[in-house]
Amino acid sequence: MGIEPGRLHFSWVSSAEATKFIEVVNEVTEAVRALGPHDNFVKHMPKVA
Amino acid sequence: MVGYTDKIREISERLLKEGTVDMVIGFRQGSMPMMNEPCFAKRPEDVEKLTWDSNCGINLANYLTDRKEKIGVIAKGCDSRNIVTHIIENKIKRDQLVIIGVPCKGMIDRRKITSMFETEILSVAEEDGKVIVKTGDAEKILEKEEVLQKNCAVCIHRNPVIYDELAADLVEEQKDIDRYADIREIEAMSPEDKWNYFDDLLSACVRCYACRNACPLCYCPTCFVDESQPQWVGKTTDPIDTKTFHFLRAYHCAGRCTDCGACERACPVGINMRTLTKKLEKDCFEYYGWEAGLTLDARPPLDAYKPDDPEDFIK
Ligand code: SF4
Ligand code: SF4
Repeated sequence: MGIEPGRLHFSWVSSAEATKFIEVVNEVTEAVRALGPHDNFVKHMPKVA
Repeated sequence: MVGYTDKIREISERLLKEGTVDMVIGFRQGSMPMMNEPCFAKRPEDVEKLTWDSNCGINLANYLTDRKEKIGVIAKGCDSRNIVTHIIENKIKRDQLVIIGVPCKGMIDRRKITSMFETEILSVAEEDGKVIVKTGDAEKILEKEEVLQKNCAVCIHRNPVIYDELAADLVEEQKDIDRYADIREIEAMSPEDKWNYFDDLLSACVRCYACRNACPLCYCPTCFVDESQPQWVGKTTDPIDTKTFHFLRAYHCAGRCTDCGACERACPVGINMRTLTKKLEKDCFEYYGWEAGLTLDARPPLDAYKPDDPEDFIK
């Protein structure tokens, strides 16, 4: 539906896997930062004069 | 078609007279050509109104939701699959139903036919695979094959999958059909092109919800679009609100949609929103080998866990 590959991530992290959690968060953050903001779904309010 | 109608009336009359059912839900002629409407026959004498032709595209499973009566229901291939889905989802009980199966050869596309004529169509009749259309000043004979509804042209389940009575002999199923050519085309687009494609596809939507109301799957007492506390989605025709409605509705139909085409048929502005549900239907087939409503004995993929469910996307 027009969302770039690499913006949406799925991961399975157990509550005992703190290290994996940190890795995943860092990876996702980097990947999404690299793509830049996604503003397709931003709703712009109509301009009222 | 006359044979079908006679048989439907005969079966319905018998069921009503014997008291096996409290009503038969079928079709009657609409007030305009190609616009048959649902008909609830409650007395044996009502069956005269029942009819059958290639304009019975409305999905009658939609009228079964939470009913308490015993019901005879006319079911084409897709309707029968939605009835199966209704039974699986506890929206009706199997033993409340007498399913009158109608082997189907496809419904005709009202919009396509209307667009072929300059003036108002006054009558549409059918004979031996031909459709005879009359306007005030012209008469044209069309091949039914060429004016089928888009979903019927690629249908591979024309025969009802469950039934108690049959209104005609089973028909041959279409084989070697490429059901998803249109979807593959969209899948091949870049994210930006996809966005623009959907923007264009849905831009004419007036948020009338006729598509949702025509769909047997959309039976929630309060649809997420009508909810106001919390309000999940804006109620305007702002392009973002409209897209949110359509994308989410499509997801709610994932693994359940039978591609019956009732939604598309109901749309007053002719939006092909089936593109969205069909993509999900394709995914369900490719990932889980699942086609909705074929059996009462299996749970749909999205409400059952299997150790071998595909999970390559999870890292
Ligand atoms: S989404 Fe459309 S095609 Fe699918 S079951 Fe509902 S009405 Fe039929
Ligand atoms: S029926 Fe058509 S116009 Fe109405 S909400 Fe659905 S897509 Fe929009």
